[in-house]
Amino acid sequence: MAPAAEFPVSQTAPEPLLPRVVCVHRRRRDAPRVWTLELQTAGEPQPPFAAGQFNMLTAFGVGEVPISFSGDPAAPQRLVHTVRAVGAVSEALVRLEAGAPLGVRGPYGKGWPLEAADGRDVLLVAGGLGLAPLRPALYQLLAQRERHGRITLLYGTRSPRDILFRRELAAWGTRGDLALEVTVDHATTPWQGHVGVVTALIAHARFDPQRTLALLCGPEIMMRFTAEALCAAGVAPEAIHLSMERSMKCGVGTCGHCQFGGFLLCRDGPVLPYALLRAPLRVREL
Amino acid sequence: MSRQTQCAHVIDLEGLQQLLDALRERGYRTLGPTVRDGAIAYEDIASVEELPRGWTDEQSPGAYRLRPSDTDTVFGFAVGPQSWKRPLFPSHQILWRAGVAGGKVQLDSEPHIDAPLALIGVRACELSALAIQDRVWLGGAAPDAEYRARRADAFIVAVNCAHAGGNCFCVSMHTGPEVTSGYDLALTELGTEGEPTFLVTCATEAGAAVLETLTRRAARDDEIAAAQAVVAHTAASMGRAMPETDWVSRLLVSPEHPRWNALADRCLACGNCTMVCPTCFCTNLEDTSDLSGLQVTRTRRWDSCFSVDFAYVHGGSVRPSIRARYRQWITHKLATWPQQFGTSGCVGCGRCISWCPVGIDLTEEVAALCAETPD
Repeated sequence: MAPAAEFPVSQTAPEPLLPRVVCVHRRRRDAPRVWTLELQTAGEPQPPFAAGQFNMLTAFGVGEVPISFSGDPAAPQRLVHTVRAVGAVSEALVRLEAGAPLGVRGPYGKGWPLEAADGRDVLLVAGGLGLAPLRPALYQLLAQRERHGRITLLYGTRSPRDILFRRELAAWGTRGDLALEVTVDHATTPWQGHVGVVTALIAHARFDPQRTLALLCGPEIMMRFTAEALCAAGVAPEAIHLSMERSMKCGVGTCGHCQFGGFLLCRDGPVLPYALLRAPLRVREL
Repeated sequence: MSRQTQCAHVIDLEGLQQLLDALRERGYRTLGPTVRDGAIAYEDIASVEELPRGWTDEQSPGAYRLRPSDTDTVFGFAVGPQSWKRPLFPSHQILWRAGVAGGKVQLDSEPHIDAPLALIGVRACELSALAIQDRVWLGGAAPDAEYRARRADAFIVAVNCAHAGGNCFCVSMHTGPEVTSGYDLALTELGTEGEPTFLVTCATEAGAAVLETLTRRAARDDEIAAAQAVVAHTAASMGRAMPETDWVSRLLVSPEHPRWNALADRCLACGNCTMVCPTCFCTNLEDTSDLSGLQVTRTRRWDSCFSVDFAYVHGGSVRPSIRARYRQWITHKLATWPQQFGTSGCVGCGRCISWCPVGIDLTEEVAALCAETPD
C-alpha cells in the first residue's frame, strides 16, 4: 500500500542529491590555507541564495563538504565560496585551478534574518573564517544602508596574516556609515590594532541593545561567549543569531549527521537564534 | 473496521500459495519471512514451504533464539533482526556516477527501477515504522524519488501478531499488535491445531482485487471473533512496556542524568541497535573513484550515530564519548524525533533490545532516566 495521501507524488521531483557541474573561474588566496573560489556556471541560471545559506561543494573523486556563500546575494550568478583547507575535500577544493570542474548543489538552510534588520542597529561579530558567511549579509545591509541604524562589524582572528578580505575591509573602514574593529589573538609587527578576543570589542561598540540585531559567526566557543556578552549588555537572546556548524552530508535533512539537540542544522539552521541555542550550547558533546 | 469485517474471508495454506502466485503473476517481487542463519529473515519467497512454519522465537535482552514451536503455525514468531527498511531503503545505494575527462565531467544518475515489491508478513509495529520512514523520506523539502517509487508500488500483506516476543512493547507505544492501516491485505492466523487457516481482510481496492482471485470462503462470526481474540491475547502478553511517564519531556531536560554514565559503561558503541532499528535512517554519502581517478561514484550507505566519525567536524568528533553517542541515539529516537518529523522514532518492536550484545533494555533505561532526574 502506497504512503499516506499527505505525501503526494510530485511529477517534477528534483534530484536533490545530484550536483550541478560548474568550473572555477578565479581563485584567490585570502590567508594561509584559505582561498576564495569564484565559480563559472556555463550559462546555466543559478538559483538565488540568501545570505547565510550554504552549498554542498564536490571535489570529484574526493568528496563533498558544506561551504557557506561568501559572495553577494544580489549577484547569484557569481557563485563565491571561501574555503579553508582543513581536510581531504577542502584541500582538494582549494587546489582547483581556473577551468577545473567541481560539483555544486544547494542553496540549503536558513540564512541570516535580515528582514528583521530594518530600522535597527546591526552588529556583526565574526571569528576567523566566520567572516566569510557574514560577508553576504554585510553586502545586503550596505546595499540598503538607509534602512538600518548603526552597522558595526567586529572581527577577531588569530594573527594579522589571517585577516580575510583585506582590501574590502580597508574600503569598509573608510566608510563613515560602518563601524569596523579588527582584533587579533597574537600580534606581529607592524600590527597596531587591537589584541585579544573579539568579545573585548563589544564594550567599545556603539549600539542600542534594545533595538539591535546581532549576527555571530565563528568558532562555537567564540559565539557562545559573544552571545553571553551581548545578553549581559542587554540584547535579547531572540535578537542574537548564530551560524552553527556540524558535520553535514546531505544538506536536505535526511542524513542525520548535523543534529544539534533537536535541530537538523542543515534544515532548521545553520542560522538560529540564541534563545533556542543557549541551553543546548551548555551541554557538552551534544 | 466495518469495511474490513465485511470483506473478511478465510483461506488456507493453498490460498496463501495462490496469494504468492497472484502477486508474482502481477509482476511483484514477493518478500517474506523465512529461516536463515538461525533467525527469521525477510527474503525472496515463491512458496509457502519457505515460510517459517513450526518455528517460534525466544527473545530477551541480548538474546534471540529460534526454536521449534509446539504448534504448526506459519507466523508464530516475533520480529527478527531485519526490517522492511532493507528492501525499501537499501543499505547501499548508488546516487550517481561521474566520468571525468579533459576537464569535463559527465554525470549519470540513472534511477534504479526495480520490480515492485510485495511485502508478506508485515507486523503492526512495522507498518508504523513505514509510516515514520515516509515522513522522513517524503515529508521534507527534498523527497527521495527512489524511496517514493518503491513505496508507491509496494503491495503490503500485513499479519496480526499471534505471539508477543520477549522484548516487544508495541502496546505501550500504541503501534500494535493489531494492524489498523497502511496495508492492502491483512492476515490473522486462526488456531494452533491442524492445517493453518487465515482470516483475511482487505483495506484497499488493490487488495480486494487480489483477494477475489483466491480460493476462499466468507468468514464466520466465530472466526472473526477468534481473530480479535488472537490480537487481544498478544496485547495482553507483551514482553515489556515503556514507562507510563512523559519520557519525551523528561529526556529533553536530562542530558546530564547520571544514568548516561552507567549506560556508557555497558554500551560497546557497536551500532547494532541502529542497524536493526526499523526507523533509523542516518546515512553517509561516500565518494569513491577508480585508480585512474576518472570514474567517480557517490554511494549512500546506512550510517550509525554510534561511530566516532559520524559527528566529525574539522578538528575532531563532536561526540567523542560513548556516553554522548548513546545519549544522542536515545534522545533522538524518543524525544527530538517528534519535533523533527512530527512522530516518535520508536515503534516498540524491541529489536534494539534483542540484538544489543550487552543486553541494554531501552524500556528499562528510559524508566531509569525518567525516574530520578537530578535538577
